[in-house]
Amino acid sequence: MSFTIAQTLDEALAALTAGARPIAGGTDLVVGARQGKAPLPTSLVAIDRLNELALLESTDDGIRVGAGITHARLMNDPMILSDYTALADGAALVGSPSTRNLGTIGGNVMNASPAMDTGAPLMVLGAVVEIQSAQGSRVVELSELWTGPGQTTAAADELCVAIALPPRPAMSGSAYVRLEYRRAMEIAVVGAAASVTLAEDGTISTGSVALSAVAPTIIEVEGASALVAGKTPDDAAAVIGAAASDVAAPISDVRASDGYRRHTVGVMAARAMKAAARRASGEMIGVPVNRAIGVGATL
Amino acid sequence: MTESLTLTVNDVDYPVNIDMGRNLLGVLRNEIGLTGTKEGCDDSECGACMVLLDGQPVNSCSYLAVQAEGRSVSTVEGVMPADGLHPLQRILLEEGGVQCGFCTPGMIMSANGLLERNPSPSEEEIRIGLSGNLCRCTGYAKILAAVARTASEA
Repeated sequence: MSFTIAQTLDEALAALTAGARPIAGGTDLVVGARQGKAPLPTSLVAIDRLNELALLESTDDGIRVGAGITHARLMNDPMILSDYTALADGAALVGSPSTRNLGTIGGNVMNASPAMDTGAPLMVLGAVVEIQSAQGSRVVELSELWTGPGQTTAAADELCVAIALPPRPAMSGSAYVRLEYRRAMEIAVVGAAASVTLAEDGTISTGSVALSAVAPTIIEVEGASALVAGKTPDDAAAVIGAAASDVAAPISDVRASDGYRRHTVGVMAARAMKAAARRASGEMIGVPVNRAIGVGATL
Repeated sequence: MTESLTLTVNDVDYPVNIDMGRNLLGVLRNEIGLTGTKEGCDDSECGACMVLLDGQPVNSCSYLAVQAEGRSVSTVEGVMPADGLHPLQRILLEEGGVQCGFCTPGMIMSANGLLERNPSPSEEEIRIGLSGNLCRCTGYAKILAAVARTASEA
């Protein structure tokens, strides 16, 4: 058993090379260990004090969110709220204030839960993941990163250091809506994120939709943009709702049956599409969308 | 193998010698002897174990004690002034926001963390601030009222 607090990124990467596992907030790792899901790794390196992972900055190519940025920071950041609103919606729904104070975007992405709340937003916003090891760094598409529940293509000595998001076109909006039975410490029964760009006449020009908790990983609705282009937001929502239910391949478990999940993910996708279009038109809808529209409210 | 470190709790330094896998809650209660912080679910669901870590509410049941080195931990024992009750403690009693009392230390820490950042929260903000804390007795209304009154009387 060994535990070290890394002071620099290089120190952390060296520890990973030597076999340690990273811990940031520990909100998944420690709870999982205490529940007996997976024992605590015998060697841990704490990465929660690394300044290199704590930057949230504008770049020439959009924005770069350090892997150590917490959900609490994401949901309150003016740049995320205004331009990458679906990500703020997702971050604001994670756990409780305590979870959001400790839990990080990097941890959420690399934990690779198919029910994660930041995953579908990141996918519709076109995020890519920066992975680094002592040997070098690479950039990975989300669809190339997640391979199954808790499974990624990252090697054991690789660390997620940042998430990069491209700039947002004018007249764009995004939203993430999830089905939940309670408002705190909840895991998505199903969830859907949508991102749209509107044309001058208020119809949809381009759009994308991704779904949570209906497949072994977060999945994108392929061909969504072609389905919604030229349609009004209401028509687009109807089409996307049906398409989302079609591509969903959910399991039945203690939270919901597969049939219920397949139906409700269509409802969530339609609501996400409508909320994204309203935000794209300049309307202020609070974060998270769930609370802004009320539980069970139609949108 | 154990780790030797110093934990700073309520502004007092405590040297401890602990296994890496120990949670902060167990170390606070069993090594340091501060038993005001409670174990409810041991799963981050109930909030009975809530402490402030550098001023922010954190579930101490699911946080490794070794990660708290060099950080400031605040527990309910540090809330009460020498000459009586903290205003939130007094008002929780006056409003009937305490019945069995098991959730109360966690409620107090979440509420104090909220009021520190946001001295005039709306009712919705209070609800969100306390959303990681369960209470089986009061039905929450009296706790929410006590936090709102504490803010308005501060």
